[in-house]
Amino acid sequence: MYVAVKGGEQAIDNAHRLLAKKRRGDTAIPELSVEQIRQQLPLAVARVMTEGSLYDEELAALAIKQAAGDLVEAIFLLRAYRTTLPRFSPSLPIDTAQMQLSRRLSATFKDVPGGQLLGPTFDYTHRLLDFALLAEGEYPGPQTSVDACLEPCPRVLGLLAKEGLIKNEADDNARVADITRDPLEFPASRAERLQALARGDEGFLLALGYSTQRGYGRNHPFAGEIRIGDVEVWIDPEELGFPICLGSIEVTECEMVNQFVGSATELAQFTRGYGLAFGHAERKAMGMALVDRSLRAEEFNEEVVSPAQREEFVLAHCDNVEAAGFVSHLKLPHYVDFQAELELIRKLRQPAEGSRHE
Amino acid sequence: MSLSPRQHWIGVLARALRSELIPHEAALRDADYQLIRAPEIGMTLVRGRMGGNGAPFNVGEMSVTRCVVRLADGRTGYSYLAGRDKVHAELAALADAHLQSAQPSQWLSDLIRVLANAQVRRRAQKEADTAATKVEFFTLVRGEN
Repeated sequence: MYVAVKGGEQAIDNAHRLLAKKRRGDTAIPELSVEQIRQQLPLAVARVMTEGSLYDEELAALAIKQAAGDLVEAIFLLRAYRTTLPRFSPSLPIDTAQMQLSRRLSATFKDVPGGQLLGPTFDYTHRLLDFALLAEGEYPGPQTSVDACLEPCPRVLGLLAKEGLIKNEADDNARVADITRDPLEFPASRAERLQALARGDEGFLLALGYSTQRGYGRNHPFAGEIRIGDVEVWIDPEELGFPICLGSIEVTECEMVNQFVGSATELAQFTRGYGLAFGHAERKAMGMALVDRSLRAEEFNEEVVSPAQREEFVLAHCDNVEAAGFVSHLKLPHYVDFQAELELIRKLRQPAEGSRHE
Repeated sequence: MSLSPRQHWIGVLARALRSELIPHEAALRDADYQLIRAPEIGMTLVRGRMGGNGAPFNVGEMSVTRCVVRLADGRTGYSYLAGRDKVHAELAALADAHLQSAQPSQWLSDLIRVLANAQVRRRAQKEADTAATKVEFFTLVRGEN
């Protein structure tokens, strides 16, 4: 337990000024603008929007600047801001099949209809530092041919579903649970789990996903399809009485194909894990898809033995705002608590009465 | 889904860039109008579907600005836009009101078609960029040795 303290206003004020000074760095160097962060650090912006749970590139960039590049702090700032805004009606579910693709690939089929589209990717780079970036340069972009267009890119898992080889997804028209309004209770629904995972820490989900690959809840994943691109968001405002498009957002989607389930009465079928994140956020979407699948263990009658399969463990610890908050609270004054511990340990170290006289 | 003409222009106005609307600002504001709902910033909870086509779930929110205007003749224009641009929201609502007149053809040709063409060009540019990264992989057969 921590105790309340008083005073220290001047020191606190100065500490915040000092932080601002540190954030600004050498004033001989031009100050970074929020628009520069938005334009030139788009993957950082994507992470802050996804885990901050608010799609707004400018505000995410502002949060990154304010947090001096500490993305978890920036996520906290964006989370706090989103609680101040009124909520209009929810969107109609986005249709990722209609995505304007900037990247699309499948690791399960080489010749997938529509083809493999690499898009802007770190894949196949050699991870050698590019010293050319130390200087200002021109980046002309790819060589494109005018009127080059994409062929239709149907869902890869849809091709498996047509043959009945993978479990179908079905819309049961149930009310969509919202963990930001009704606190999570266990067992949670898959919709609640996916919402929690979408807000969840990328590093935590990556590590848990990795743990399933290493044998802690193995379920043999394949990246069935990864898509990055723009999708339109539609809402159906009451006052209009018909749905309208309010613009596009960039999203990353990952569909994992996992090992099959079947029984004496049911033919074997592949199973799915799903990941969806704001912006260009491939690692996050993949981690989320792996963990979505591992958390479906009970649904598929798999033995729940590993951390990534334990719903309460995963969902109660995946939120980095909560995690950082509780770890950070250790910095608050625990003077009284610690005094009690000190007294106790001193007592424990005193030789027992009896032994002293021997 | 087939769109009504109004759904179409509302979508075009939402997708437009602020910089593309500003040149039309004087024309759009050249009318007696009142703000029924001044531009207001809020959020829409974005939903996705499990597996892309299954049951819906909440992904996260997005910022949205909405506005309602009424022209002197009673026509009411609405806007809902991604982002936090109040000027854009007011201009889009004004355009929606003007476009509901008995003679919207001028607005359709001067504004909506121009904006829509720009959107088609942007889309094509993006598509060409992506198409340039289409890859043909060759699989190599592993030999016995």
